Amino acid sequence: MLVVTALAIVRLRNLFAVTMLAGVFSLLSALLFVVLDAVDVAFTEAAVGAGISTVLVLGTLALTSRVEKPSSHTPVLPLFVVTVTGAALLYGTLDMPSFGDANAPAMTHVAPDYLKRSPEEIGVPNVVTAILASYRGYDTLGETAVVFTAGIGVLLLISGLRRRREDEDEETEDGKNDEGGVY
Amino acid sequence: MRHHLILRVVTKLLAGTIVLFALYVQFHGDYSPGGGFQAGVIMAVAFILYGIVFGLPKVQQVLPPWFVHKMVALGVLIYAGTGIVSLLLGYAYLDYGAFSPHHPSHGQHWGILAVELGVGITVTGVMVTIYYAFAARPARLSDEEW
Repeated sequence: MLVVTALAIVRLRNLFAVTMLAGVFSLLSALLFVVLDAVDVAFTEAAVGAGISTVLVLGTLALTSRVEKPSSHTPVLPLFVVTVTGAALLYGTLDMPSFGDANAPAMTHVAPDYLKRSPEEIGVPNVVTAILASYRGYDTLGETAVVFTAGIGVLLLISGLRRRREDEDEETEDGKNDEGGVY
Repeated sequence: MRHHLILRVVTKLLAGTIVLFALYVQFHGDYSPGGGFQAGVIMAVAFILYGIVFGLPKVQQVLPPWFVHKMVALGVLIYAGTGIVSLLLGYAYLDYGAFSPHHPSHGQHWGILAVELGVGITVTGVMVTIYYAFAARPARLSDEEW
């Protein structure tokens, strides 16, 4: 189903439909995460991928156009690159442990250690939260900082500075000035 | 969206529930799936939904942009501040055992709660900020073209 959705996304030219299908794709991958018992990741994927990004892409669509322009170059070289990469990735999956294998590297490295230690040391039933916020506290601080930076970046790019510059050269740029900023 | 009566009524019903669910995900993250990131996004969704249906001015009455911008920074401050406090109490940076020296796992609880709260506030702020930034620009597509 994921593959069908991806193919439909590539084929379609109507960007509104593409946005919706991207949301569907996210939701399907969230289901995949649920099957893999990664409920926290599935939660995030469903909320961020299927929810917020769809809304943000729709917001972008409203500012641009609704139909994708036909590409001006031949798709041979990109197709070649994609095929080779895809083949390499498929070849790589042959070495992957089978589904639910208890001896998979992910199950034997640090995971048992965390599972054993976190009930005594942290006492939080959700081990994911314990790892995320306590054992890996620095990482999460970094992630928060990344989110913070993203927000600041959007603010600087789209709302704040642009508005100030508009006020300066309002005379030169006639008819194109955007009304109503965030401030 | 003035003509979509059903959407308006359902949104009014849902917005509060979504906020409640976000708070549940936020503060119950220790026991069930979820945490700051997810809760922040869900919280932002409540406001974005309200904004889509009732228009930007209405939602900005509830959650003014200056407040959202402060939230973005406040969350990171809470997170980093938690680490500073544990430093000042004589423990390592972000070592939550500091908050309850006699009962380290209680301290961990408090620390995780504070840190997740910081994450949630920042994520809510950033998501709403991005939405405001996009929605504040006049759309080129009219309602019918969709």
